[in-house]
Amino acid sequence: MATTALEISHLNKSFRTATTVTHVLEDIRLSLKQQEFVSIIGPSGCGKSTLLKIVAGLDADYEGVVLLNGTDVTGPSKEKGFIFQEHRLFPWATVEKNIAADLSLKDPKVRSRVDEMIELVRLQGFEKAYPKQISGGMSQRVAIARALLRNPQVLLLDEPFGALDAFTRNHMQESLLEIWRQNQTSMLLVTHDIDEAIFLSNRIVVMDAKPGRIKAIISVDLNYPRNRVGGAFQQLRTQVLSALNHKEADVVGYDI
Amino acid sequence: MPAKERTKRLLLGLIIPILVLAVWQVAVMAHLLSENLFPPPTSILQDFYEMLVSGELTHHLGISVMRAMIGFIVGGGLGLFFGLMSGLYKRAEELVDPTVQMMRTVPLLAVTPLFILWFGFGELSKILLIAMGAFFPLYVNAFLGVRNVDSKLFDVARVLEFSRLHQLTKVVLPAAMPNILLGVRLSLSTAWLCLVVAELMGADQGIGFLIQDARSYMRTGVVFVGIIIFALVGKLTDSLVRILEARLLQWRDSYRG
Repeated sequence: MATTALEISHLNKSFRTATTVTHVLEDIRLSLKQQEFVSIIGPSGCGKSTLLKIVAGLDADYEGVVLLNGTDVTGPSKEKGFIFQEHRLFPWATVEKNIAADLSLKDPKVRSRVDEMIELVRLQGFEKAYPKQISGGMSQRVAIARALLRNPQVLLLDEPFGALDAFTRNHMQESLLEIWRQNQTSMLLVTHDIDEAIFLSNRIVVMDAKPGRIKAIISVDLNYPRNRVGGAFQQLRTQVLSALNHKEADVVGYDI
Repeated sequence: MPAKERTKRLLLGLIIPILVLAVWQVAVMAHLLSENLFPPPTSILQDFYEMLVSGELTHHLGISVMRAMIGFIVGGGLGLFFGLMSGLYKRAEELVDPTVQMMRTVPLLAVTPLFILWFGFGELSKILLIAMGAFFPLYVNAFLGVRNVDSKLFDVARVLEFSRLHQLTKVVLPAAMPNILLGVRLSLSTAWLCLVVAELMGADQGIGFLIQDARSYMRTGVVFVGIIIFALVGKLTDSLVRILEARLLQWRDSYRG
């Protein structure tokens, strides 16, 4: 883990109406190293999804600086893979065509990359299936493959497993770890699931709502794969929970 | 569907038509119905056979199909083009849509005299009438199809940096395809309807002419043959589009009854 992949500094965002100003995000400072896995956790309305959309370039209405590999983020691009809450596959295209998207499968280079991705997300045998024929977990894996095919600098995941049942979610977390280990893309995950954050991340960013700001950044120094029922895991869970419940934002100091 | 189930369904559907034909045949033979106005099914079948063998039927059918096709391609093509444009661009909608919606309310039969005055009884007035009929269903449905595209998929296209062309060919057109195909079906049936109007109005060839001509000579059997042909070809084209639908829209996940 060497250079910085993503650098967010003094990021502010607010909604203004005639009489009120609502601070959605207040002075967000966060950096993501190359190959690092960072999760953002916080109550609903803390602006974590908004933060992710800003990084993705899908929301341009903010003040501050967002740098990806030292260059300003000006709009959405393939450099920043984005996984939405729902899989958002094209229902009229088969799995392999969804992964290729605007690229042609007739190009042998694309073909072999698509096959590689299908292997990575373990969907061999489903290349020709339509989205309606596969499960929610599989669909989300297709979406991940579609993003990774474009070699993004960072993969942004917006509560990607929130709509899945508990078993599938655990399974998806394991596959995401495996994908991350093999592909070594930096990951920025927004979640409301504490266990998911601890199981996956190098660091956990705990956010507060109204205004949305960073309360604490907790490092997770456990070896992968992590044991969800172990004592260290339990300890971290307590640590994250107490950070979430803390009223005073400045009690838990953090540095970036 | 298993073969047994399919034959069962076919037989069930045939009960009413066969019953009607049988009653008709018996009623004419028992002189309950006038043979001049209701030629028995067997005699209609004979007329049909004679016209088929003499080549009269295929000649007139060919002319009619040609007219309907040209009219459909011209009118439907323009409808598709303007529908997509209005759907895609707000400016195009503001420019085109009010006029189209106004024209759409004009009954086709009301403009036929005008078409005859302007373009005479020749092919041009017939094809233009058919084209006008075929224009609106495709326009309306193509427009609707584009506007029904899930905006969430546009976000995906933005994140994946689709070109303008790919946004159109890989997102808008496939998403609008169910509506476009519905438009094609409605346009084809309207084209066929307009063909009948155009040919009954005045023609020296075509199935409509055949019916009109047979009427003046009291050849009721031939009138029936013409009507049956119209029905058969109409049903056939509709089935063709439905096969196309089944092929192109197999990705759809909707209630099938």
